[in-house]
Amino acid sequence: MHLKYESQLREPLVYGDKTYKQVTEDIVRPIEAKPTKLWYVGFYIAVALLMFGVYSVYREVTYGIGQWNLNKTVGWGWDITNFVWWVGIGHAGTLISAILLLFRQGWRTGVNRAAEAMTIFAVMCAGQFPIFHMGRVWMAFFVLPYPNSRGPLWVNFNSPLLWDVFAISTYFTVSLLFWYSGLIPDFATVRDRAFTKLRKRLYGIASFGWTGSTKHWQRHESLSLVLAGLSTPLVLSVHTIVSFDFATSVIPGWHTTIFPPYFVAGAIFSGFAMVQTLMIIVRKVFAMEDYVTIGHIEAMNKVIVLTGSIVGIAYLTELFMGWYSQNKYEGYTFWYSRAYLFSPYGWSYWGMMACNVLSPQIFWFRKMRRNIFVTFFMSIIVNIGMWFERFVIIVTSLYRDYLPSSWSVYYSPTIWEIGFYAGTFGLFFTCFFLFAKYFPVIAIAEIKYVLKTTGEGYKNQMANIEEQKLEEFVHEHAHH
Amino acid sequence: MAKKKFVVGCFDDEAVLFPAVKKVRTAGYKIHDVYTPFAVHGLDHAMGLRETSLHTAGFIYGITGTATALSSISWIFTKDWPLNIGGKPHFALPAWIPIMFELTVLFAAVGMVLTFCYLCQLAPFVKKHHFHARATDDLFVMVIECTDKTNTDDLQAFLSSNGALETKVEVAEDGWWLGRYDKDEMPFEEKQIVAA
Repeated sequence: MHLKYESQLREPLVYGDKTYKQVTEDIVRPIEAKPTKLWYVGFYIAVALLMFGVYSVYREVTYGIGQWNLNKTVGWGWDITNFVWWVGIGHAGTLISAILLLFRQGWRTGVNRAAEAMTIFAVMCAGQFPIFHMGRVWMAFFVLPYPNSRGPLWVNFNSPLLWDVFAISTYFTVSLLFWYSGLIPDFATVRDRAFTKLRKRLYGIASFGWTGSTKHWQRHESLSLVLAGLSTPLVLSVHTIVSFDFATSVIPGWHTTIFPPYFVAGAIFSGFAMVQTLMIIVRKVFAMEDYVTIGHIEAMNKVIVLTGSIVGIAYLTELFMGWYSQNKYEGYTFWYSRAYLFSPYGWSYWGMMACNVLSPQIFWFRKMRRNIFVTFFMSIIVNIGMWFERFVIIVTSLYRDYLPSSWSVYYSPTIWEIGFYAGTFGLFFTCFFLFAKYFPVIAIAEIKYVLKTTGEGYKNQMANIEEQKLEEFVHEHAHH
Repeated sequence: MAKKKFVVGCFDDEAVLFPAVKKVRTAGYKIHDVYTPFAVHGLDHAMGLRETSLHTAGFIYGITGTATALSSISWIFTKDWPLNIGGKPHFALPAWIPIMFELTVLFAAVGMVLTFCYLCQLAPFVKKHHFHARATDDLFVMVIECTDKTNTDDLQAFLSSNGALETKVEVAEDGWWLGRYDKDEMPFEEKQIVAA
């Protein structure tokens, strides 16, 4: 008997009386089986959306930014809204894989792999928006600081927009390294049980010649821990810096010190919602309900209600400060452009309030947290709400600024702006479908590591020990 | 690389593996390595491996990143092209903290991963000898290096008596070479797997 003990009050993280072999087989099954019809349907829809996005971007690059409805006053619209939205979604992956690793949360093992994949794909989508917003995208390399023949003319290191370049590219690189270093042992598992030559060869390349040596595992553990330690402040810095893009300006509604924590909480909030959307589909389609359990879903819903409420407090604080500062521009932005329902964009503010602040309160009830349909529905609502939040921040602050003569007419996107956004959905889901088919969607080695403490079968054995009489226990376990 | 002779013992439970590692070491055999499907905590200590210094390397890479950011930005903004931004100081340290932090993280992460791959000799197209195909699945595979004096039959019996399910003698090359895994034996035959 293995004497690692975990309280019976905690529900198992892995259901069923599994052995190590079963864990491998359950998780590798989608890779070894032919994809289902549903997979093909989803994949082709995603590719079609991606193609539409490519065409929309082609028009923008060929004819210029005029393909979008941005104007002198609303200089940021859907593009930057979508950028902030996608970056925010990425944050949950790092939170699960890094922060929960440092906090020793066992339940992260069921969802971390897919959540990290989501992070990488979301950051890829996010990056498209500022890059194509440049207009002359072939000059995008001007943001890189290198000795050049233009002076040398350097980038402005004091500008939050440049901090963003560094933050997003570092975030993408570090997330990718973290994700791939975790994948190497699992690729080796797929390689060693492959029964076709092609699979053996490709996973052989991808697994970097991993053998499972104890010394390698020791270094791997050290690497994961330090990468988690680095990613934790990194993920907080990324959305902090994104919020600096706004907070360091002098636009009413942006010029506030509350932005960094408020943006980070919002990012985690929307990211967890996206993880829920994806994991509810993945666990169903690949029959992984034993690994991504209702307990996992409940844990994530708790994070959603917490971060949603933090975001709610931030909204109310902003409104309060709009009045308390007695600054008439702030007051106008918060109490007219945003909170007044019948102002031109009042609908977006109240849409945001309803989706982000009111509706997640349903998760105070355990029954709702453990209900798959409610969770799935709410995950979509939260993501719509968080998109509204970024739209509200950007557009309602910009469209009426200090000078009424420069107020803009009503801004609404063109089909190519919408197409670009739809295209990033295409990119995201194309990547995610390929990931779900060809990668182990759950971290196999990490599940095996927690199996003997949190697997249902092992927990039942623990319960038997608890019920033993003292003499029996001593008889069985004392060292003779 | 020279070929060596190894005795391989496979265990299916880490609770059996730990006492076995201890006994094999006390008996004076040299454990070449133990291959496990996941990180078994404490196994490195049981085998007498020293603590890794990878995190120290990470720290050095990190401060290299900080120093790179600080020195480049301060040179650019105070010497190479002092830009007047609203009369603010050229040496604007607080405004550089974000980039200094990002480069610290970037250097530490990239450096550590490369060092990890170098130390473990991991890279695409690299191939290593496998003592047992199930070492990445559900078996804990202990590999003992033989000397001229080692009696392999005794050693195999010793491993079996300590809980090894399967033992064998293998002559193999340790280290790595460029190679393909599809030329290996395929112990798992093709089977029809029904998608769930």
